[in-house]
Amino acid sequence: MHEMDTNRKNYYFSTEKMCVGYGGKPLVKEMEIALPKGEILSLIGPNGAGKSTVLKSIAGQLQLVGGAAYLGGQLLGGFRPSELAQKMSVVLTQKVKAELKTCRDMVATGRYPYTGWFGVLSKEDERIVDEVMELTHTAEIKEQEFDKASDGQKQRVMLARAICQEPELVVLDEPTSYLDIRYKLEFLSILQELRDKKGLTVIMSLHELDLAKIVSDKILCLKGEYVERYGTPEEVFEADFMERLFGLKGGEFLKNEKLAAYVRQISGWP
Amino acid sequence: MAGRHKNRTFRIVTVLILLGIGALLFFILNLCIGSVHITLRELTGQEGSEMVRKILWDIRLPRAAAVLILGGALSLAGYLLQTFFNNPIAGPFVLGISSGAKMAVALVMVFLMGRGVRVSSAAMILSAFFGAMLSMGFVLLMSRKVNNMSMLVVSGVMIGYICSAITELVVTFAEDADIVNLHNWSRGSFSGMTWENVEVMAAVVSVTALLVFLMSKPLAAYMLGDAYAKSVGVNIRLLRVCIVLFSSILSACIVAFAGPISFVGIAAPHLVKKLLHTAEPIFMVPACFLGGSVFCLFCDLLAKTMLAPTELSISTVTAIFGAPVVLWVMVSRRKESHA
Repeated sequence: MHEMDTNRKNYYFSTEKMCVGYGGKPLVKEMEIALPKGEILSLIGPNGAGKSTVLKSIAGQLQLVGGAAYLGGQLLGGFRPSELAQKMSVVLTQKVKAELKTCRDMVATGRYPYTGWFGVLSKEDERIVDEVMELTHTAEIKEQEFDKASDGQKQRVMLARAICQEPELVVLDEPTSYLDIRYKLEFLSILQELRDKKGLTVIMSLHELDLAKIVSDKILCLKGEYVERYGTPEEVFEADFMERLFGLKGGEFLKNEKLAAYVRQISGWP
Repeated sequence: MAGRHKNRTFRIVTVLILLGIGALLFFILNLCIGSVHITLRELTGQEGSEMVRKILWDIRLPRAAAVLILGGALSLAGYLLQTFFNNPIAGPFVLGISSGAKMAVALVMVFLMGRGVRVSSAAMILSAFFGAMLSMGFVLLMSRKVNNMSMLVVSGVMIGYICSAITELVVTFAEDADIVNLHNWSRGSFSGMTWENVEVMAAVVSVTALLVFLMSKPLAAYMLGDAYAKSVGVNIRLLRVCIVLFSSILSACIVAFAGPISFVGIAAPHLVKKLLHTAEPIFMVPACFLGGSVFCLFCDLLAKTMLAPTELSISTVTAIFGAPVVLWVMVSRRKESHA
């Protein structure tokens, strides 16, 4: 188990007995997260474990049911909305409507916290938008209408948008779900690049455990009411861990023998 | 890329200028055309009798000014409601907000007229505003229960019917020479505008429209959805209150002076958006206003002249031109969502 450091100043993002849920009812209780600046934290766990709820709470979209969360040593709830917008950006699973917007327009909406009263982009803003689109390999769909882009393209554009907001922390909810394997890897390598170059801190949920293991600095497993595990990939991924986290039970729940054999094979993983 | 960008700006500027010219053109036509034709020379005051001057100054000019102002307000109110509910066929008329305002004004008018009190413009707007807020409250309550855009509109239409029924009842039982007036007004009409009316509506509408324009940045973020708007630092609750308040004030102002006018609030913003080819509020707000003005000036011209000397109610004309646009919006939406 990961050792908790009581000194929060060493961490960029931390929580203290954070409870998250809807309508005052906690879904995940007493979370203790401590994440240094420039690290990638992946949330893993079965469907319905509350990954999205945790992310929404961290992003300030949902009120905490209990406990506290800190950003750069300051209470998360204490930030002015405009101040927080320059520190944290999000990529969410919900569909965005963007009537008559090109992909570039969509990316440019990330500049909102930096533009003036009427939201007109400055030369500098335009430069950042173009730069980020190059970085995220979305430059070729710049002028394409966002509503007509594929789900995968939209996901990449929304990442570009989040980066364009120049955050210190980016919160991503299943950002790779619509991407094919090539773009998945590319997406994660972009996050790593930003982590290494700009000290970006990342908190995201991932379904692909193999990728989570490679790309993350910290892993948080959610199952049931409490955090199942929190630590480095080496600490978290150990023998029969998958089997326990997802309740695979050697494939007993499957009728098809081939699928059951597959389960036994991956149960030993990683 | 830069070329495209320039193209877009060029298009937007052109459309705005054309709408401005259109508004001016129809404004002049509205001054000239009517039961008495007025020539351009008479209009500029180079010649003409005292009577012509009187018609122009006391009847045509205030009326045309009112159409210009209220048409813009109507379109802007529709645009705000469409943005608020994320619903392309929302508008003050279909959501029952106009009818609520109408009911309140009718009640106040009948009550005060029965006691021989003259109703001032300010009192009319105020009562219309209360009526509009009442309907808006109902619609907001309904919108919590129903997430579906057509259900919301249906409940708005129902609220509209209830309010209209009450208004009819009040008007039927009121006894006064002013009833004819009231009846005309309750069907929607721009006739009988005075300069005092125009002054009050100009003040209310210009301030509100300016505030809406100043809100264009948060409105743009709001269009991305609550979560993203919040993540860039928009105070959603405050913005929502402002949208509800401003759209109600605009709707109230229209109803107080011209009665309920149908379909302009949906048709004008939609046509303007197609012309601009952008949904950015910073362009949409001024363009909607101008578009609404042009649309209403055009419709009022027809209302005055089509069956002259009988004047049509303005809603009759706006419905003929506006309702097909609404149908078009719904059909094209459906196609898109299936694609």
